[in-house]
Amino acid sequence: MADVTMRIWRGDATGGDFENYTIAQNEGEVVLDVIHRIQATEAPDLACRWNCKAGKCGSCSAEINGKPRLMCMTRMDQLPEGPVTVTPMKAFPIIRDLVTDVSFNFEMAKRVPALLPPPMPEGGYRMFQQDVERGQEFRKCIECFLCQDVCHVIRDHEENKANYAGPRFFIRYAELEMHPLDTNDRRELLKEEMGLGYCNITKCCTEVCPEHIHITDNAIIPLKERVVDADYDPVAWLGRKIRRRTKKTAAEASVQPAP
Amino acid sequence: MTDSPYEHHAYDVLIIGAGGAGLRAAIEAQQRGLKVGIITKSLLGKAHTVMAEGGIAAAMGNISEEDNWMVHFRDTMRGGKYLNNNRMAELHAKESPDRVWELEQWGALFDRTKDGKILQRDFGGHRYARLAHVGDRTGLELIRTLQQKVVSMGTDVFMECKVLKLVHDDGGRIAGCVAYWRATGEFVTFEAKTVIIATGGVGKSWKFTSNSWEGTGDGHAMALWAGAKLIDMECIQFHPTGMVWPLSVRGLLVTEGVRGDGGVLLNSEGKRFMFNYVPEMFRAETADTEEEGDKWYDDHSAGRRPAELLPRDEVARAINTEVKAGRGSPHGGVYLDIASRRTPEYIRRRLPSMYHQFMELAGVDITKEPMEIGPTCHYIMGGVQVVADTAATSVPGLFAAGEAAGGLHGANRLGGNSLSDLVVFGRRAGKGAAEYIEAGDVATSFNMEEAEAAVKEALDPFDRDEGENPYTIQHDLQEMMQELVGIIRNGPELEEAKGKLDVFAERVKNIAVKGGRAYNPGWNLATDLPSMLTVSRSTALAASLRKESRGGHTREDYPNPDPEFAKFNFAISNEGGNWDSPISAAESPLLPMPDELKALLEEAY
Repeated sequence: MADVTMRIWRGDATGGDFENYTIAQNEGEVVLDVIHRIQATEAPDLACRWNCKAGKCGSCSAEINGKPRLMCMTRMDQLPEGPVTVTPMKAFPIIRDLVTDVSFNFEMAKRVPALLPPPMPEGGYRMFQQDVERGQEFRKCIECFLCQDVCHVIRDHEENKANYAGPRFFIRYAELEMHPLDTNDRRELLKEEMGLGYCNITKCCTEVCPEHIHITDNAIIPLKERVVDADYDPVAWLGRKIRRRTKKTAAEASVQPAP
Repeated sequence: MTDSPYEHHAYDVLIIGAGGAGLRAAIEAQQRGLKVGIITKSLLGKAHTVMAEGGIAAAMGNISEEDNWMVHFRDTMRGGKYLNNNRMAELHAKESPDRVWELEQWGALFDRTKDGKILQRDFGGHRYARLAHVGDRTGLELIRTLQQKVVSMGTDVFMECKVLKLVHDDGGRIAGCVAYWRATGEFVTFEAKTVIIATGGVGKSWKFTSNSWEGTGDGHAMALWAGAKLIDMECIQFHPTGMVWPLSVRGLLVTEGVRGDGGVLLNSEGKRFMFNYVPEMFRAETADTEEEGDKWYDDHSAGRRPAELLPRDEVARAINTEVKAGRGSPHGGVYLDIASRRTPEYIRRRLPSMYHQFMELAGVDITKEPMEIGPTCHYIMGGVQVVADTAATSVPGLFAAGEAAGGLHGANRLGGNSLSDLVVFGRRAGKGAAEYIEAGDVATSFNMEEAEAAVKEALDPFDRDEGENPYTIQHDLQEMMQELVGIIRNGPELEEAKGKLDVFAERVKNIAVKGGRAYNPGWNLATDLPSMLTVSRSTALAASLRKESRGGHTREDYPNPDPEFAKFNFAISNEGGNWDSPISAAESPLLPMPDELKALLEEAY
């Protein structure tokens, strides 16, 4: 196969620039393979984060030709001809080369009120597949933070970070709010401190999600509805609570004896 | 607190590794009121536990009421070819259901049965459907649940921090460790009353592996250097189904769940060859014909399990034999076919990440075509020798759990027994550490000289202008281990490997690192290589001594199991305390088995 030119951003918090590497490639390779070959030959100190190289750990997030993607799941043969540009995620501070400081996300994780289930009955909880499936979609999240990277609320506005959970944590909140066993209420927090209202549903996050989670449609919009309902129309909210299979009714179901 | 020239922290319990075992240990220790710190080489939530796919084994009996801990114990011992620590196997079988239910209380969302209980799936070597799971991403569910629990408890987590060496006190007790921050390259010392090794596996020393870059055996090696013993290091699990094409993903895991859910192995002639490879030990419980095996999927009382669901060591060897006999696929594997056996909807629902993985990385639609697969280095049964109940090593204050600990799985691990191992023995390690602290005889000093020596050694590669590229050494090591200490071994090749490992040691001493200390992967690799060499040497030594074939150790010059070798583990120790000091092996007798456990093994099927 023909050699490929990789245009890789190199530098640190004080600044940096692109460096070109022209290097061999083989059939079926992904961007991370080529980065690894550069490390093993020309630039052993080229910093990049990776772990599983299988799209399961979400470590190797970067921007490839300007698009937020996992380097391990981006096949070279599916990129357009010509040089391939690789840059670090833009929404986070640079540590070095392709590695960014994603601690914002770990700080946000600390602010999530945990699951609050009723005591477990003998023999375990009862929950039904259709009830756990909603949360399971969100728990597919591999925490690559590409959705956070692409979200314009924080991508270009560092000042918003203190009061904006971002798509990754909106699906976490949605998962907990929809959890059949949960008894916590996080709606006030979402509205007042997590900036749910800042999201204007452009669906950029959904587009970049490597797990194909319907972040906007299945998490953010239902969360917005819940928050609005809680604020403005308690009767309608209650009605919907009862009609739907809600976490409360399922929690009650969970303590019923086995059929 | 100790006076340290570096950034310094103090903890009651210091846990190295943030996979399932480390996180579960942290929860236990913190719930007991102790000050806990966790150190991980990567970010939190990225540990190799995320790669576990099929499920977590626990005899809850949600599908088969006949299932119970006694059957699980028996399956584990038989799968391990009786080299297991029977007390560990007993505790594991008894406690895993509670550990699974506990995960649910912390937020895990397992797949459900129709009546709302946790769904369980069939897997190789397990008599009943026993694996609680979430599609084929159970490991992710486990780590995320534990991670979220740890975060909610406010435990200190040191991310992207690489531990170089354990540090003792003046009395030989464990007193902490020395590490560096990957982001800055700055050193940091941790003093601790107890250290729990939960660093996972060693697979990165082989060329074709399902392991990530982290699997360099740091915990195995550090424990050995610190005076603990390693057992069963020759017992390496080559998972039968890794991807073989394209080359860039060679070794990537394909879950055993494919076979549990109806997938079959075919050779180039289209034959289901596994029925030709049923060993005597498993004949009574394995179907005689394909028809009988196929009935079993729908109704376990209508037939016995198909031969594709034999334990992993049997399946991996069979695939190897087929390929050697010229009946392999174009890229040197065999075929794993579920497309012709289940509907596309079923496959996508049950095996979503496998569908995804093959579609995106190999351009193969597994609902339409068979997969090409072959054995991949997946797991080490061997590890730090521990006391079953407390996870304590022979070094006071040092504990080990998960893949880094040895004993539970004997010579071969059953699928699904790893995730349960993590939570059962992670918890026990946290408890063991707490009890050790309560007993009061803890470290009274911190040997800063040990830390300084490790720092100096880590920095040496920067002082060499001319020297070897660490990537070249790693590549050569992987090639050599794959070729000479791979799935099928023999005496002359193992001797050759031992000689070559001595040469590798000299090469490691001559590494030159380019660039600075801040997030320098070349340097990071240079600091991983001593661990990789230590575990490779341990494996080669134990493999050369075990002159028989058993579980994850196959010798072509000794193709059968030998009852004499079933009486002990080989225990490796290190004299000198450094990575390049000599190692030796001694026979360590197996734990005597109580009569009531013996009776369980003797029960007829």
